[in-house]
Amino acid sequence: MNVTKRFWISLILSLPLLVEMLVRPFTGWMLPGGDWTMLILTSMIMVISARPFVSSAWSAFEQHHANMDTLVALGTLTAYLYSIYAMFINKPVFFESAAFVITFVLLGQVLEEKMRSNASGAMSKLLTLGAKSALVKRGAEFIELPIEQVVSGDLIQVRPGEKIPVDGQVVSGQSSIDESMVTGESIPVKKQVGDSVIGATINQTGSIVIKAQKVGSDTMLAQIIEIVQKAQNSHAPIQNLTDKVSDIFVPAVLIIALVTFLVWFVFLGKSVATALIYAVSVLVIACPCALGLATPTALMVGTGLGAKHGILIKNGEILEAANKLDTIVFDKTGTITAGKPQVTEVVGDRHVLQLAASLEQLSEHPLAPAVLAAAKAAQVKLLPVNHFRALEGQGISGQVDAQAVFVGTLKQDLGLVVAPALTEKVKVLQKEAKTVVLVAINHTAIGLIAIQDTPKKEAQKAIKELKQQGLKTIMLTGDNQAVAGAIANQVGIDQVIAGVLPIDKAAAIAKLQQTDRVAFVGDGINDAPALSQADVGIAMGSGTDVAIEAGGIVLIKNNLKDVGRALKLSQKTFNRIKLNLFWAFIYNVLGIPVAAGVFSGIGLVLSPELAGLAMAFSSLSVVSSSVLLGRSKI
Amino acid sequence: MIKIISLLVGLVVIAFIAWWFFGKRSVQTGEAVVDADKQSIDIKVKGGYLPEQVVLKKGIPATLNFKRLDSSSCLDHVIFPKFGINQKLPQGEVEKVEIDTSKPGEYDWECSMNMFHGKVIVK
Repeated sequence: MNVTKRFWISLILSLPLLVEMLVRPFTGWMLPGGDWTMLILTSMIMVISARPFVSSAWSAFEQHHANMDTLVALGTLTAYLYSIYAMFINKPVFFESAAFVITFVLLGQVLEEKMRSNASGAMSKLLTLGAKSALVKRGAEFIELPIEQVVSGDLIQVRPGEKIPVDGQVVSGQSSIDESMVTGESIPVKKQVGDSVIGATINQTGSIVIKAQKVGSDTMLAQIIEIVQKAQNSHAPIQNLTDKVSDIFVPAVLIIALVTFLVWFVFLGKSVATALIYAVSVLVIACPCALGLATPTALMVGTGLGAKHGILIKNGEILEAANKLDTIVFDKTGTITAGKPQVTEVVGDRHVLQLAASLEQLSEHPLAPAVLAAAKAAQVKLLPVNHFRALEGQGISGQVDAQAVFVGTLKQDLGLVVAPALTEKVKVLQKEAKTVVLVAINHTAIGLIAIQDTPKKEAQKAIKELKQQGLKTIMLTGDNQAVAGAIANQVGIDQVIAGVLPIDKAAAIAKLQQTDRVAFVGDGINDAPALSQADVGIAMGSGTDVAIEAGGIVLIKNNLKDVGRALKLSQKTFNRIKLNLFWAFIYNVLGIPVAAGVFSGIGLVLSPELAGLAMAFSSLSVVSSSVLLGRSKI
Repeated sequence: MIKIISLLVGLVVIAFIAWWFFGKRSVQTGEAVVDADKQSIDIKVKGGYLPEQVVLKKGIPATLNFKRLDSSSCLDHVIFPKFGINQKLPQGEVEKVEIDTSKPGEYDWECSMNMFHGKVIVK
């Protein structure tokens, strides 16, 4: 028999008792059959609705455990059995206490179950997002296949209004796609040939054919689901306190109830009935569930809310750490800036661009695409390169037409010969926040290429908001001080740490951590060590899998504003956890003494049924407060 | 007289509660049964978990068969925080929970109210 059925049976059977309780003081009306009717009704409740509490309590007891069922079972059994005894010696009975406590506790459990499934709603929504089938090319035509049969490399047709089945790349057609369910971005995104699409997003206007790249558990949606699942069931350090309390809570309450009885009966000379009522109230008001539910439900709702907005917080520990930050450090390229640098000037002849582009086509440096794009636009022919080498943090070198070519930064220690005019030009360009790449043949500079990566349009506002939250903002970059400083000024960043090699990023974070609690925001493979080192690593945007693995918070959209939103969400969730814990503790800390009759001197007493009601509502209020968190704006 | 007897009985019961719930006791440990390339173990969910500790062999796919015989709503889910598993346990039915045994270590599990606990040890 489920909880809902048990509740309704208990409610219907206890209604006559309620009517009598309300009417009797005014009219003296009693139930037909008096105590016997009460005994029969309550016995039915005890057998049908309360028996599971008793059997659970007993099996827990056998294993040296005690939980809420122990308290409810003991409290109601005491009231029930004493009332039977009182009936035979013609003393007042309190069957209704047992009946109402069972009814109220079950009511609490029914509502709590509903709320708990509400709290995990975000997860169930995510699980149903994926497409069930896809139009896959087999032979000459597209046929409908179940999603499990799609393999990487398949060509899939997606018609307007349909879900994109898997992660892939558009190979023909164009369309605009609603990606809000995965990235939280409400404006549809235009896609054309060559663009990546995400499984579970909705194709709106055009018909497209995509090539499947990631299927099954490799898709972005599957990864998001995995992260959210882990987060929702993780622990927050703040729980350690409640974990300790919950171990001893119930047995301690049993002892307090006994002491309550002994004090009233033995030391204050009250009747057995009065002392028992106090003891029973203590048993039924104590609520370990509220303590146990306070953190997990809020975590569940908070992380679910984040997922809806494309903000994935990996676990409770990160959530807690995100509340205690002093400093936030940003990687520059791709994080503060758009990450799509463009060549703005070429100093020197066509040869400069040609040699640079020939080498850059072999490089993975973020500036390489800019040089190649400029070469393509200028219709420069690329030359073959031998002995290509990437020199970390310096540049690249290789042999073109038997000449040693170097493309990279102007550093004193490389022993390059640079004409004074060029050196001057470098300074001028750097003042304009441009990255200057020097091209040298046989250690002699022949020209310069200036590249500029402009800040994202939301950067300035996002940084301002973070500063308003009281955070110090720092930019960490491999670029030189002049370039970095210019960008930092444009967006309003407090401090710049420039000229840091990728391998030294983590060390730079560690140095800051000596005095501050640090968050690091980055997006690339070379950011992974710094993301792991920071107290809170925030991996941004279409970041690489490595960055997603290393980050504690993953932002699916490449939007800087989400950094502030993620921190706000953490604060909101953490504050809700604290509020829940506060209420759960207060309920018990205040409720138990009141129930024990400590304040009876000033007329403050609780009958067992009111205690039962209070208990039911304590866990309910904790869960609903968590559910309400899901309605807040971030 | 009755009061003195009550007091003595009360104190004895308090001492019993303290001993029964707070006293040291051994934890029931179960070894999974390895069959070909799989291992599995049955766990009874009744007033807690039987056994409370499960030892699994590293690298062999493992299944824990939870069977809830207890109507307590506290035990209606089983949660493995480290694996992100949150599995509903319908009363009276066997629910299979797959455990990743690729990394050795200790992995706790708990009920939805975090009152009852168990532990998987991967060796």
